[in-house]
Amino acid sequence: MSNNQSPYHYVRPEVLPLLTGGKLFSEGAKAPTRASFAQTVIELGATNPDIVVLDADVSKSIGTNQFGVKFPERHFNFGIAEQNMFAAAAGMATTGLVPFACTYAVFASLRALDMVRNSIHYPNLNVKIAASHSGITPGPDGVTHQGQEDMTIMRAIANSTVIAPADPDTTVLAVRAAAAYEGPVYLSFTRDPVPQVFGPDYPFEIGKAVTVRDGTDVTIIAMRDLTAHALVAAAHLAETGIEARVIDCPTLKPLDEEIVLRAARETGAIVTAENNVYFGGLGSAVAELLVENNPIPMQRIGVRDTFAESGPYLDLLDKYGLSYGHIEKAAQDVIARK
Amino acid sequence: MANVPMSVEELKQMAATIRCDIIEMICTAEAGHPGGSLSATDIVTALYFRLMRIDPENPRWPERDRFILSKGHACPVWYAALAERGFFDKSHLGTLRRLGSILQGHPDMNKVPGIDMTAGSLGQGLSAGIGMALAGKLQKKDYHVWVVVGDGESQEGAIWEAAMSAAKWKLDNITAILDRNNLQNDWHVDELMPIEPVADKWRAFGWHVVEIDGHDMDAIVPALEEARERTGGPTLILARTVKGKGVSYMENVCEWHGKAPCQEEADQALDEIRRCSCEQ
Repeated sequence: MSNNQSPYHYVRPEVLPLLTGGKLFSEGAKAPTRASFAQTVIELGATNPDIVVLDADVSKSIGTNQFGVKFPERHFNFGIAEQNMFAAAAGMATTGLVPFACTYAVFASLRALDMVRNSIHYPNLNVKIAASHSGITPGPDGVTHQGQEDMTIMRAIANSTVIAPADPDTTVLAVRAAAAYEGPVYLSFTRDPVPQVFGPDYPFEIGKAVTVRDGTDVTIIAMRDLTAHALVAAAHLAETGIEARVIDCPTLKPLDEEIVLRAARETGAIVTAENNVYFGGLGSAVAELLVENNPIPMQRIGVRDTFAESGPYLDLLDKYGLSYGHIEKAAQDVIARK
Repeated sequence: MANVPMSVEELKQMAATIRCDIIEMICTAEAGHPGGSLSATDIVTALYFRLMRIDPENPRWPERDRFILSKGHACPVWYAALAERGFFDKSHLGTLRRLGSILQGHPDMNKVPGIDMTAGSLGQGLSAGIGMALAGKLQKKDYHVWVVVGDGESQEGAIWEAAMSAAKWKLDNITAILDRNNLQNDWHVDELMPIEPVADKWRAFGWHVVEIDGHDMDAIVPALEEARERTGGPTLILARTVKGKGVSYMENVCEWHGKAPCQEEADQALDEIRRCSCEQ
């Protein structure tokens, strides 16, 4: 790689100097992606009168109470009744409305899963499921509020499209794309602030992953809040002479198979990184694809077969094996297996 | 094509026709749920042939009234009513539950013209109806949403989440009809998991409750008409019904919840329904 050509794509220039030594997480600009969602759905509501927002008593947390302030006739707070909310969203969608039904990931993917499967996905209705607190991002809240299985669960449902944007600005793009898409979409957001990594030129498209760092020794495929960690890991690996390709994979389903298979071909080793249980999600999706096409050395970063606990977000990532340091180690290990 | 809206006498004849369709469908399919289909027949017949503003030529007409069979397993009655009303050819009725059929074991809104909501997993249809009713208010459409709920289904907590919300939003464009046949898959509702005092429960949840004999067409029609006209909040019609109504050996017999009659049993059932219909 020539010195005057950056290997990074769509990464904000001010982020580049912060990629080493963990400075991105201490010094970089941060925001929770749930806030970007709320801001975007309000923006969309201003131009599309069919957009309605449904809440289940966490609108103040997600920020969708502000949609209610601007468009009170299009905001429906169902109270603590997620099952009713999701089935009602399905009914609304049959009339041509575009409901965004908002709650936390545990409640969307578990408490109301029967409604989400049978009333939304089976009839393929145009409901957007907006799930904050995905993964172990609601650090201090503890296990009951940490949606560490939502990617796995939602991926298993037919007709599902599953999106987990990496940072605040790509969240804006993801929410706009979901609104324009006809059919059910599960959108996953973070409760805790995550670094602002990408610029407005990020080419978000449903079903497309994006190469955000070039490299030929190994590929790190990451999603949601772990993409930032993958970029930091890649910067550290570069200091040791390892050039890691980094792919941000905001759409878990449908998986961008082409970009994964190309990375397998061109780099010969893959690490996946997700803030989700390490079975059934991104790591599994990539492994399933590789095992049938090009079984190369691979390693998965994700929450192991355990519940987490309360604690500061970054400390939890460290304790449960999801931080950039774990990704670096996995990359070194997988290269050794080539 | 049926001549609608029908008189009460015509509705009684159509109900008998639909009961025969149900028996023939389930007998041919060798599977299905006759008991709860027969208990809901008179209500569904009154809705499709008297009350509802619908167009079989345009099943997704945006201004149409909506119907949801929240107790989706009773879909033979829905399929028969739609076929008799002209939404699709009656020849489909013989394909119930077969591979490739539009008539799934539980109703699929994307396969069958006239099915307004997929159903089957209990406790969801009333919520879906509330979504439609909220949309009707928001979009200033004057359609009415009709939802048939089972009494066993009322054991699902989500029914009560839905009940609470319809009252909160004062939805007078939705009517729920409780098919109170007192039998569920395993046993009698009142013994397995009692729901009484069910009228008081609905009233306590903010609904206007009307109790009727769910097989008396002279009572069903005015109750539905009044529910449609009432303003200020939702109405529940508590329809006291008999599971397996019209077939002597099925009436109030738990086993006929989800069992198909053999040909001999079906012949007897058809004979009884037709004889009863002639005597009216």
